[in-house]
Amino acid sequence: MHKLLTENPGQKMLLLGNEAIARGAIEAGVAVASTYPGTPSSEISLQLFQTSQESDLYFEYSTNEKVAMEVAAAAANSGVRSMCVMKHVGVNVAADALMTLAYVGVKGGMIVLTADDPYMFSSQNEQDNRFYAKLSGLPMVEPSSVEEAKEMVGYAFEISEKLQEPVLFRTTTRINHSSAIVTLGEIKAPKTKGDFVKDPFNLVTIPAVSRKLHVKLLENIEKAEEFSEASQYNFINGNGNWGLVCNGVSYNYASDAVKELDIADKVRLLRVGFSYPMPEKIIKDFLKACEKVLVIEEGEPYMEEKVKAFAQEEGLTLPIRGKAKDLFTRLYEFDPAQVRENIARFFGIPYTPAAKPDISDVPEVPQRPPNLCAGCSHRATYYAVKKAAEGLDTIYPTDIGCYTLGVLPPLSTADFLLCMGSSVGTGCGFSIATDKKVISFIGDSTFFHSGIPGLINAVFNNHNFTLIILDNSITAMTGHQPNPGVDMKDFNLTGYGRVSIENVVRAIGVPHVAVIKPYRVNKSIEALKEAIDFKGVSVIISKEACTLYAQSLKKTRGKPFYISEKCKNHRDCVNELACPAFYTEGEKVYINADLCTGCAVCAQICPEKAIVPVRSKEKASSS
Amino acid sequence: METKRLIIVAVGGQGNLLASKVLGEAALLADIPVRMSEIHGMAQRGGVVESAVVFGDADSTIISDGEADLLLGFEPSETLRALNKCNADTVVITNTAPLPPFTVAIGKGTYPDLDVLQKLICNKTAKLIAFDAQALAKQAGNIMSLNMVLLGSLIQIGIMPVSADKVKEAIRTSTKKAFVDINIKAFELGFEAAAKAA
Repeated sequence: MHKLLTENPGQKMLLLGNEAIARGAIEAGVAVASTYPGTPSSEISLQLFQTSQESDLYFEYSTNEKVAMEVAAAAANSGVRSMCVMKHVGVNVAADALMTLAYVGVKGGMIVLTADDPYMFSSQNEQDNRFYAKLSGLPMVEPSSVEEAKEMVGYAFEISEKLQEPVLFRTTTRINHSSAIVTLGEIKAPKTKGDFVKDPFNLVTIPAVSRKLHVKLLENIEKAEEFSEASQYNFINGNGNWGLVCNGVSYNYASDAVKELDIADKVRLLRVGFSYPMPEKIIKDFLKACEKVLVIEEGEPYMEEKVKAFAQEEGLTLPIRGKAKDLFTRLYEFDPAQVRENIARFFGIPYTPAAKPDISDVPEVPQRPPNLCAGCSHRATYYAVKKAAEGLDTIYPTDIGCYTLGVLPPLSTADFLLCMGSSVGTGCGFSIATDKKVISFIGDSTFFHSGIPGLINAVFNNHNFTLIILDNSITAMTGHQPNPGVDMKDFNLTGYGRVSIENVVRAIGVPHVAVIKPYRVNKSIEALKEAIDFKGVSVIISKEACTLYAQSLKKTRGKPFYISEKCKNHRDCVNELACPAFYTEGEKVYINADLCTGCAVCAQICPEKAIVPVRSKEKASSS
Repeated sequence: METKRLIIVAVGGQGNLLASKVLGEAALLADIPVRMSEIHGMAQRGGVVESAVVFGDADSTIISDGEADLLLGFEPSETLRALNKCNADTVVITNTAPLPPFTVAIGKGTYPDLDVLQKLICNKTAKLIAFDAQALAKQAGNIMSLNMVLLGSLIQIGIMPVSADKVKEAIRTSTKKAFVDINIKAFELGFEAAAKAA
């Protein structure tokens, strides 16, 4: 049995934040869960995907976040508890549905989980999604710890049902990817089937209906404010007159700092866990008891602005600060020392930070950027594209996935990136505004997610560029999740459809389409040259399984290769492919037989044909 | 209880996250408060994986620069890179078997000299324990047990408030059954290596 289905209330378990959130949803009797995978949220979905195979939970990997939200919204409007999970930028994709769902509301509880990523550990921006609560008028909760994250899921469902509105549940990477000891609660059996009651004049958002629904939304915000005032997740520690206002992980850093600076008797700390609407009365009373206030929040001055506004309404003139050049930055994530130092500075407490070692004489350690895996088919495709486009002035719009790592030299096949699907739309734009050859790259999952409308646009408006679909038949970067092109038998699951990318591309009417096997280097280069020469929209589907995923499925791989004595040290293999299976010792290049997957791409490009398959185990160890 | 802060750095694939998980499970068995965090966005793509383990009464799950009590490095150049997490009182344990990053192979960096590396760490911290953990992992029966070798040496040092018995129990309950014997042996080899080095 999956560990998150353990029926033993009171048992303690070491859980990752994302596992705790999944457990919280299971305890709360979630019936329908949907997602598009995205770090740092991905493990929540993985846990729900796995547990759904052993329970009554319905879970799906949807094609994108907007679809995921629509699926969950309809389920909740049928009276069952639903949850949709996404990373912060996923909410941008789903925002169209979200903003009007706020008008329509729900019947069963619904949680929209947004996993924000301060510092951008694995994201293209660090937008602060607390503003989505303000923008949509939907309540928002934010846990500070792994334990609280689990508890808050059930609470958020209750609030959602009381208000008949979805609740935004905001985490940050340091909640998602922290672990702590969590106490299991009881699992509530989900209500898996509901009913949809027709009520078009409240559910079909034509202008006349929406005018009425907006009034309801504003009334709901007032009700939500009462819940925020009464929430156990908005609380005050201490009764001093030095005010600290914290949320999320900043609460942990501030709590530790108060202990370490030994100022508990002077401090009054407000932790805001129900952060939209902000609890007006609590904050106004808090301000009246303080002589100065420091607002500690990662990201934007979301709380700070509101706290200052409340002070103004009360005619209070105490100093309230947060984001400032000499205090907290809007950039990146915070850390405990930074919070401690700023608290000390703001309140004038003597404090000497820990002496850091002088590392000025430490030689620069060579960088270790993430790299496409040994034998990755994307590397083979990039190599072939660069050969096919030799001599051309190119622009390479890229997209979001492992293949974004093509940005690194020597491949250098990424010139522009905005968001999921942008390689196609920006490909259209670059082909209009420049005379350069535009070659865009997109992965299979990203193509399904939001590449298709761009391609339809390209065909309709007759743009002139080449789109390379890097089809490794899995959503690789986030940890090998399924997508509509995946054979679900690999997951030992039946009852799924499967969508052929080639059929989609042909059905759209792309005038030049070819499918290549990227490990066949010369044939791929030929096909790519034709596509690149074509005037109009051309699509190449480069199809080869993700090597990491193939290995995890124990699918047979080729024999490893080694560099024979014929090698004349041209180093085309290292310098043009940069496969991590190569290493150098002295002046010679070697292949690590443990890493080599036998893709044979280097063997095909070696001018001396010096790279040959290992014939025996002994050879493997000697090479 | 007193807070103890441990940073573990490794290269993707070296088993750092399992090592921290075992430590966390051991803390759970011993009823010791523990919080951990990890950064592993592209771990499987050969990048750096860093985890922080905080024992005791702290709410923070991350460790600021200069504030680690112990730094455990699975790869020598990564240990050196993480030196900014240390202070003059920090104890450092490192594997000495290098895994040069690919940037070295393509001439975009020079791998640090291992003797120089050890001297630098020695001079700036309280103590350095350095040994070839990879050789001991092979001796235990599987190169993948490197993480357990290093856990053994970590526990021998005694700074972290978890006992060898609890960690061994956690190895038995939370690592794959087929590898438990090798993992226990690896743990013991690492434990002995640290005792000898001390």
